[in-house]
Amino acid sequence: MKHWNFRLKLGVLLLGIFIILGFIVPFFYQGNPIEWGTYLKNLKPSKEHIFGTTNLGQDTFWLLAKSIQNSFIIGIIVAFFATLIGVLLGLWAGFKGGFIDRLITVLTDSFIVIPSLPILILLGSLMQGKASLFMIAFVLIIFNWPWPARQIRSMALSLSERDFISTAIFSGQNTLKIIVKEIFPFVAGWSVANFVNTILVAIGSESGLAVIGMSSNEKATLGTMIYWANQHQAMLSERWWWIGSPVVAIALIFIALFLVMTGYQQYSALRRGK
Amino acid sequence: MGFYKFLLSRVLSFVLVVFIGITTVFFVPRFMPSDPVEAMIGKMTANQAFMEPEAIVTLRETLNESFGLEGSMWDQYWGFVKRVIITQDFGPSLASYPNPVNELIVKALPWTMGLLLISTIIAWLIGNVVGLLAGFLKDKSYSKAMEAISIMIYPIPYYILALILIMLLTYIYPIFPLSATFQGEGFSWEHIKSIVYNSILPALSMILVGTGWWVISMKTLSSGIAEEDYVHFARLKGLSERKIMTKYVLPNAALPQVTMLALQIGTIFNGALITEILFGYPGIGTLIYTGILQADYNLIMGTITLSIIAVAAATFIVDFLYPFIDPRVRYK
Repeated sequence: MKHWNFRLKLGVLLLGIFIILGFIVPFFYQGNPIEWGTYLKNLKPSKEHIFGTTNLGQDTFWLLAKSIQNSFIIGIIVAFFATLIGVLLGLWAGFKGGFIDRLITVLTDSFIVIPSLPILILLGSLMQGKASLFMIAFVLIIFNWPWPARQIRSMALSLSERDFISTAIFSGQNTLKIIVKEIFPFVAGWSVANFVNTILVAIGSESGLAVIGMSSNEKATLGTMIYWANQHQAMLSERWWWIGSPVVAIALIFIALFLVMTGYQQYSALRRGK
Repeated sequence: MGFYKFLLSRVLSFVLVVFIGITTVFFVPRFMPSDPVEAMIGKMTANQAFMEPEAIVTLRETLNESFGLEGSMWDQYWGFVKRVIITQDFGPSLASYPNPVNELIVKALPWTMGLLLISTIIAWLIGNVVGLLAGFLKDKSYSKAMEAISIMIYPIPYYILALILIMLLTYIYPIFPLSATFQGEGFSWEHIKSIVYNSILPALSMILVGTGWWVISMKTLSSGIAEEDYVHFARLKGLSERKIMTKYVLPNAALPQVTMLALQIGTIFNGALITEILFGYPGIGTLIYTGILQADYNLIMGTITLSIIAVAAATFIVDFLYPFIDPRVRYK
C-alpha cells in the first residue's frame, strides 16, 4: 500500500464504492428493481426512495444499483476473455513466427482499424433490442482481443531476443514451460492494465449501444437506464435523478477505471525500476 | 523502388481491411437466430395497421433480393461484393421509397465529414499545444492542473459528455437548440450561421474528449524528450527555452501523434455516430438510426458498409502521408 501513488489510491477508492454499490447493495433489496409499476410514479427523492422513483414506477436507486451490477458483469466477462485470448494469441504469434505470426498480425491490424460500432449496431438492429447480454458480450470479445494480441506479440518478439530465454531454450525446457515461467511475469503487468482498460471499453460500447436502444432493452444496464429515461422525456420533465444518476455513474466509473489503469502502470514501472 | 513496395503493402492492407469488413457485414445477418427478412416484415406490419397479403409477398421478395438471399451462399457473397465494390448500388431506400440509398448517403456525408474533420483538427491542435506545455514545463502548477483536468475528461465516452452538455446547455441553461433545425439555404449568411450554431454542441463534446486524450499522450511524449541528451546540449549551448521547446521537443513529439491519429480514426468515428444521433445532427449516424427505426435494411447495409470503407480509407491516407511528414522514416 505504501508505494501506491495518488492515482491508484483515488481510482481504487472510487471503484470500490461502485463495486459495493453494484454487488453488495442489491442484496438488501427484495424483488426485481426493473419491474414497472412497483411504486407510485415520479416521486421526488424522500426517505423511502432516496433517488425518487421513475416514470415507470421503479425505485431509481435500486434500479441504478442493479444497472451498475449488470454493466460491470458485461465489462468483466468481456475483459477477461478478450485479454486471455489476446495474450495467448500474441504470445503464440511472437514465439512461433512464420505463417502463424503473419496471419495473426494481419487479423489484429484489420480488426483494430474496422469501426466496431456500425457492426454492433447492425447486429443490434437485427435483434431489435432483444439481444441477450451474453450475446452482446460475445460480440464485444470478438472486437476487443486484437489490441492485447498486438501489444503482447511485440513484447514477445523483443523478449525472445533476450539471453535468459535463449538459455532456457538451449537447456532443453519445453515451450509451454518457458512461456509460463519466464515470459508470463513480464507480460502479467501489462495484461492487468489491459484487463482494466477493456472493462472500460466494454462498458462503454454496451452503454453506447444501449443508449440508442440497440442492446438488451429489457435488462437493467447503465445504458438501458439512460435509454428508458430518454424515451420518457426525463430531461424535459426535469427528472434529473433518473437520467442524471446513470450518466454521472458512467462518468465516475470510467474516471475510476482510467485512474486505476494508469496508476497501476506507474506503480509497476516503479517496482521494476527498483 | 522502396516507394512502390511501401505503396503496395499499404494498398494491400487497405484492401484486406475492406474485405474483412464487408465479409463480416455479409455474414452477421446470416448467423442470426431469427430470419432477418421475417423480422423486418414483422416490424413493418406492426408499424402499419394492415398490409395486403400480395404486398407482403412482394415485400418478402424484394427483401430477399436486397439481403442477397437468393442462390447458393457463394453466389450471394459474390453478388454482395460486386454490388459494394463495382456498382456501389445499395438499392432504393425502403423507408423513403423510391429514393436510392446512395442519394441519402451523399446528402449526409458532408455533415459527418465536416463535424469529424473540424472537431478532430481542433482537438489535435489544442491537445498537442497544451500537452507540449504541460510536458515541457511539468513542474509548473498550471501544467499539473491541465493534466488533471484532461484525466478527468478523457475517459468519459463521447455520448455521456454529450448528454451532460445537453442537460446543462439546452435544459438547465437553454443556450443551444435541442435538436438541429436549419434556416436559410445555400451559401447565405443565415444558413451558415444556423449550421455553426447547431454544430457547436456536438462538436464541443467531441473536442473535449479528444483534447483530453491528445494532452495526456503529448505530455508523456514531450516530458520524455525533454530529458534527452540533445535537449540538454541545446540548453548548454545557451538556446532559449522557447526555441528548445518549439525546435527540438515539438517536432519529435508531434510525429508519433500523427501515427496515433491513424489508429484513433475508428474510435473517433464510432463516437461521432452516437453523438450525431443524440443531437439529431443530419449526418451518417442519424441516417443509420433512421434506417434502424424504420426497418430500412438497404439503408442500414449501405451506411454501415460505407462507414467501414471510409474509416479504412482515412486510416490509409494518414498512414501513407506519414513518411512525408517525418524525414526519419523512409518508405519501407
